[in-house]
Amino acid sequence: MEPRRTAESESPITERRAGRYKIFLGMAAGVGKTYRMLQEGQAEAEAGRDVVIGYLEPHDRPETIAQADDLELVPRRHVRYRETELEEMDLPAVLRRGPELCLIDELAHTNAPGLEHAKRYQDIEDVLKAGIDVFSTVNVQHLESLNDQIAEVTGTRVRETVPDAVLGTADEVVLLDLTPESLIERLIAGKIYPQDRVQAALNNFFTIENLAALREVSLRQVAEEVEHKRVISDPRLGSRDEGLIETAAAQAIHDRLLALVTPTPRSQRVVRRAWRSAQRLGGELDLLWVSDHEPREDEREQLDALRRLASVLGAHLLIEHGDDVAATAARVAEDRGTTYILMGRPKPRSAMRRLLQPALPFRLLSLLPGVDLRIVADRTRRVANNETREEP
Amino acid sequence: MIASLIVLVGLLASAVAALVATHLRYRRRRPAKPPTPGAGRILFPFMGGALSQRALDAALRLARAEDATLVPVFLARVSMQLPIDTPLPHQSGVALSLQEAIEQRATAWGIAVDARIERGRTYRHALRQTFEHERYDRIVLAAAERGHDGFDAGDVAWLLDNAAGEIVVLRPDCDTTIRPPAARSRRAPRPARVRAGVG
Repeated sequence: MEPRRTAESESPITERRAGRYKIFLGMAAGVGKTYRMLQEGQAEAEAGRDVVIGYLEPHDRPETIAQADDLELVPRRHVRYRETELEEMDLPAVLRRGPELCLIDELAHTNAPGLEHAKRYQDIEDVLKAGIDVFSTVNVQHLESLNDQIAEVTGTRVRETVPDAVLGTADEVVLLDLTPESLIERLIAGKIYPQDRVQAALNNFFTIENLAALREVSLRQVAEEVEHKRVISDPRLGSRDEGLIETAAAQAIHDRLLALVTPTPRSQRVVRRAWRSAQRLGGELDLLWVSDHEPREDEREQLDALRRLASVLGAHLLIEHGDDVAATAARVAEDRGTTYILMGRPKPRSAMRRLLQPALPFRLLSLLPGVDLRIVADRTRRVANNETREEP
Repeated sequence: MIASLIVLVGLLASAVAALVATHLRYRRRRPAKPPTPGAGRILFPFMGGALSQRALDAALRLARAEDATLVPVFLARVSMQLPIDTPLPHQSGVALSLQEAIEQRATAWGIAVDARIERGRTYRHALRQTFEHERYDRIVLAAAERGHDGFDAGDVAWLLDNAAGEIVVLRPDCDTTIRPPAARSRRAPRPARVRAGVG
């Protein structure tokens, strides 16, 4: 679940810049990102602003080409790479031209080697720093943190990724939403790819299931962005401590969960609940077994199963040796920056132990102030108590 | 002197009585024990966004009769473009919902459950991985209707060749399937592709 970080992703857009940045986000090719960007560019030009197209990828779509007709286009530059002539955005020419607004298609594009930057979104940073407003486009599967998830759903991995921070720092993100049925109709009508590629697209990427899943991911992503922006720009919080608020918002968004498990099938319920919570919070999940003995044969079998489950879920299984579960869990939680602990119902303790030491949840709460604790109910016990057995 | 001794003994007796009362009250409130894992293990592999309720019920009846643990195994397919050990959040979401549903049903019947998610390039590959990792006595599975996701005749023949233990195959039963919430919402648009005149 840990987002893969590449060399490019070490320095996402973080500096203050002068230009305003608007991104048109889509779930797949053909939803109309470029068309909408050009439409809005036209409207800005008609309102009297100086608008140019820095880079356009119309994919031979007549409607898109027609939309770009009245706008000035900065010619592409030709780059020779391994006997091939490539066409790229001419960043120096855009900066020299210095328009008020520049339209730059496909921000996830990887530039030919030898240019100013490896990625187009980095070119856009330079344009923004020069005080030029930018409109750009990207598909959701290019976002680094979603790349694995989307590859799993669609079976197709996109190699050109951008850090999620690029989307996070845009002043405005516009989601181009289209139902999967409408998108497939557009594809069949030849509005996305030439007719000879339509059938292959329908058989592979453009299925109702894939598009529905991509649509869901896109809507969630934009909802999360909106929530993040609402937190850091809430006027009631004031602007005096903007940096502090941004840090707090980032911390709130980057939760880390720790589930206390034992090598028994009963721990699976805790893992399920913990994983669902981690998914909702967008956080990492650690599973911890504090062991006071070497695992027995049956425990080894369960540990292997837990290890495989953790791998499928993208969680991390940790095994720590110690006699004091609370102290060991607290140490691990501190080391890993845990914000949320989940555990099953603690084992019943003898009267003497109850007198001598507080129960595990209370010890955890006192050892880890500021960390939330959730006790996952054991449904098997509830059902057993209610005696609601029924014949299958 | 005697009076204070009597008071001391009285106090001690009250303290012991209070401790015993607390202990008894705690014991009475202690919930019933969860199902104890049985010695035998019944493997129940399933796939996709749904599982056959009839096959599940058959597996539960067997598990109860034999005092065995039910081992529901969700078979997850990993695209060739991804590493085999890649995390699968989408399929895991489906798998965990279905495992939760199985566990609730099994618990109501007092049967211990030990669920798994197994990855593979194909369902057969995932099954092969399961056989390597798990010990089991029987396998219960639902055959798929033609054109539906599930174990077809070829898979059943393959199982007979490759799996140890008894294999119970249930007839296809599409009307009574248990689906996770996400799968329910995604199934509806399927006919649209046919309407669009594709395929």
